[in-house]
Amino acid sequence: MARIATLQAWVSPSGAAPRRDPAWVRWTLVGTAVGLMGLFLVLPLAAVFAYALEKGVAAYLAAICEPEAWSAIKLTLLAAGFAGPLNLVFGLAASWAVARFDFPGKSLLLTLIDIPFTISPVISGMLFVLLFGAQGWFGRWLTDHDLKIIFAAPGIILATTFVTLPFIARVLIPQLESTGAEEEQAALTLGASGWQMFWRVTLPNLKWALLYGVIQANARAMGEFGAVSVVSGHIRGVTNTLPLYVEILYDDYQLVPAFAVASLLTGLALVTLVVKGVVEWKASREHGGAPELASLEERAA
Amino acid sequence: MTIEVRNLSKSFAAFLALDRVNLRVETGELVALLGPSGSGKTTLLRVIAGLEFPDRGEVLLDGRDMTAQNAPARRVGFVFQHYALFRHMTVFENVAFGLSIKPRRERPPTSQIQARVWKLLKLVQLDAQADRYPSQLSGGQRQRVALARALAVEPKVLLLDEPFGALDAKVRLELRRWLRRLHDELRITSVLVTHDQEEALEVADRVAIMNRGHIEQVGTPEEVYHRPASAFVYEFLGNFNLFHARLNAWQTGSDALGDGPLGGSADRPIVYVRPHLLHIERRPCGQNRVVARVERINSAGPLVKVQLATDTGETLEAAISHDRYAELQLRKDDAVYVSPRELKAF
Repeated sequence: MARIATLQAWVSPSGAAPRRDPAWVRWTLVGTAVGLMGLFLVLPLAAVFAYALEKGVAAYLAAICEPEAWSAIKLTLLAAGFAGPLNLVFGLAASWAVARFDFPGKSLLLTLIDIPFTISPVISGMLFVLLFGAQGWFGRWLTDHDLKIIFAAPGIILATTFVTLPFIARVLIPQLESTGAEEEQAALTLGASGWQMFWRVTLPNLKWALLYGVIQANARAMGEFGAVSVVSGHIRGVTNTLPLYVEILYDDYQLVPAFAVASLLTGLALVTLVVKGVVEWKASREHGGAPELASLEERAA
Repeated sequence: MTIEVRNLSKSFAAFLALDRVNLRVETGELVALLGPSGSGKTTLLRVIAGLEFPDRGEVLLDGRDMTAQNAPARRVGFVFQHYALFRHMTVFENVAFGLSIKPRRERPPTSQIQARVWKLLKLVQLDAQADRYPSQLSGGQRQRVALARALAVEPKVLLLDEPFGALDAKVRLELRRWLRRLHDELRITSVLVTHDQEEALEVADRVAIMNRGHIEQVGTPEEVYHRPASAFVYEFLGNFNLFHARLNAWQTGSDALGDGPLGGSADRPIVYVRPHLLHIERRPCGQNRVVARVERINSAGPLVKVQLATDTGETLEAAISHDRYAELQLRKDDAVYVSPRELKAF
């Protein structure tokens, strides 16, 4: 929920006047914040890249171009690539249902959406093993039909999707609720079909929130360790995602390759932050600037 | 196109929003649905538009049963209280929306759509703001865009849900006169929902007064104001003084009470009189009078409002002209004689 709060804080900047506190208070606060941030955020981040490049750029590139590293990258992209659209569909459907309709079990659905956030990722992974593993409920049926889910890519996709399921719905629900249904009803009275209403009115109003949710879900999908670790079986070059591969390298005392691959994930995180910043800035420009103008005009008129 | 609703009922959970409502709006007529909040007027409008569906009863447009049809199929123009403009589209795009989403074979060519939108923007005097976004407009401008957008698809029926409810008093007054002129020009069958009796009485051809899910009275503004069918209608259409009258104090003859039957219990009927029909005298004159003391005077406004306390502890409000006020030279705590000109009883 904190993420949603930041988005909305961006969208509607509050006009609090700056307060004058004694200089030592300000400098102590600023110093503490900057110091802790340096210690816990910047230093480790720098360390990742420093270790990765310890033996030079050639060793760094060699570690990344390793076939096993490539297969981990591909699997990670595959898992995120499936989880993203699935989350999008689920997020849109669930948030639409919750924000626009009253039905029995609505609060139950709201609670259930949050389950992947509240239970440990390891347990999420175990659920899928219980369902689809060799000894699981559907295990017999799956082996009979020669289908593999656990210790294979489908299991990783399932676990990743499950863990990231709430992200998009959680961003869209408050957005849909605050926008209200009136614009949609206006579109209907003007003769729009359900699809025309969705594509031309609902979606454009949701686009920034939606993009924000997708970015968040994607970052989590690529970095997910716990749930994926349980269902993957750690088969090198086959079922290792990037975070799992980093762990294996690290356990083998291969520090340079471990940090080189880790730097890819770190880079991804940094890119996510930049994209997030741009989205928030765009959203605040579209929704934040204009109303001020209008109120000025209203006063003038 | 005529609008007719028959025996319409609709409830939300335990709340009965519409209770067997019947209403007929003739072609080219402007009817106001007037009532307090929760009286069912907005629900009735939304049922006519196809945005809500009734539990029982029928909605007929031009004599055809449309009860089962959804909003897009009914082709009615709807104007929302809070404008409901598409915030990501410019004024021009908002007005063009209804035309641009038509299926290809019904859709006019782009040049025609543009010409039509410009014509409408000129009609609502917003052609200079065509490229603005709704958030850059004032409330009155936004509502005019909403009206232009609804008119763009040439609806045979226009439904307005408290269209001026969110605007300040001056803009309201201006816009409702403008709406009346527009209606005289276009002659679209229109239904206007409002809780403002002044607005309803000024704008509408006929007024339907609603209370707790049913229509209390339908009639021209003159009819409902001068011949209210119920105490509710009388109370809703203006300020009033109410007596649990000791009729003998007024020494009323039946002519003073009008032709309405007496309500309340036999010895304590409820009698109404409007503030501007209370006559104040220094000396006793005529038969219908009570003695009262001036409690408060407020002369700011077109009429001077005088608050009076009778000897039995009832509070009366009279509204007299400034000329009369100067003539009487009223002061606080003066003793006066009050006589009503038109008593109403239900």
